[in-house]
Amino acid sequence: MSEEVSATLDTFKGQNLSWEFKGGIVELRLHRAPCNELGSVSLDEFERFVSALERFENTAHALIICSELKAGFCAGADLRELYQRSSTMETAQAVRGVRDFLERIHRALNRIDASPLTTIAAVHGVTFGGGLELALACDLIIADKTARFAFPELRLGLIPGFGGIPRLKRDVGNAVIRDLLLTGRSFNATKAQQAGLVSQVVGEGEGLRAARATAAQLGKFDRRTVAVAKQFIKPIPYEELQREIDIFCDLFSRPAVQAGLKKFVESRDAQPYLP
Amino acid sequence: MIGGIPDKMVFMPTADETLDEILNLAAAHFKVPREKLSPDDDFFRALGIDSLQTLDLLTKLENHFRVELPDYELQGVTDFRTLAGKIQARR
Repeated sequence: MSEEVSATLDTFKGQNLSWEFKGGIVELRLHRAPCNELGSVSLDEFERFVSALERFENTAHALIICSELKAGFCAGADLRELYQRSSTMETAQAVRGVRDFLERIHRALNRIDASPLTTIAAVHGVTFGGGLELALACDLIIADKTARFAFPELRLGLIPGFGGIPRLKRDVGNAVIRDLLLTGRSFNATKAQQAGLVSQVVGEGEGLRAARATAAQLGKFDRRTVAVAKQFIKPIPYEELQREIDIFCDLFSRPAVQAGLKKFVESRDAQPYLP
Repeated sequence: MIGGIPDKMVFMPTADETLDEILNLAAAHFKVPREKLSPDDDFFRALGIDSLQTLDLLTKLENHFRVELPDYELQGVTDFRTLAGKIQARR
């Protein structure tokens, strides 16, 4: 089925993500196997979603982002696509391509972050790198107990590039950020809740139900008041986000990154996210 | 404390008990007959799991044993017995 056939005013079914607006709640579902890696097709569809968001904001009160895949919420950037594209280019051209991709995804995530809707990431399983950054753009993270969170970017000689550090700094203490970033280890849902990253931990397979129940509760409040409160509570660190792009691009130009990407893409290791 | 004995002395399972629990848990979760799993098996091969499922196993173990297992401590660990030792050291 083509995108055009499957798109209506309130629903969209794309290759990698779909959305539906029903009962005041917009649900954005990720469904790109194996674990919703974010590449160029996903970005196109995210941009399409963000364009549709304004229309929903006039009538909806909540946005839920979730995954339809058993493996998890999202394993982050599509490193295979990144490696395949960048390895055939001159360094300067590859860095320009990466900067363009990052600026586009930042615009999309900043728009979700700034939405007057209350936004909930309902996560399970692997929530790594760009997947965690997507969740961090939301107001609340509801995790089922299978969820694992990590920022393994240092293994590639990089830092998170989709807004992860500025948004983490907004939400949790610096010791937690150092632990996540500098060790590259993963936190389970309980640990993530103790760290202040996750608002609710629920049983396996219960994340979406809990997110819907939370969204229904939010629908009882005055939408205008919620929007004003959110704007006051959750400032968007635009300057740091821009700085993150600059640092990422600077690091990306080093040969160590291509070597790290190659190692990851070719790895058959059980823990390829570790160096 | 129970009767003057510290709780850990009363409830601390032995390494063999921890190993047995891991084998039972892995068999049930990945639907592999328990009798086909041995302490020195390569668990990736015995369970037929990939990198995403390895994370799933890590989460199951942490939740079950109520311990934190930093991923890097398990790097290079491939058999159930060594895994049990890592968990036992954090109980």
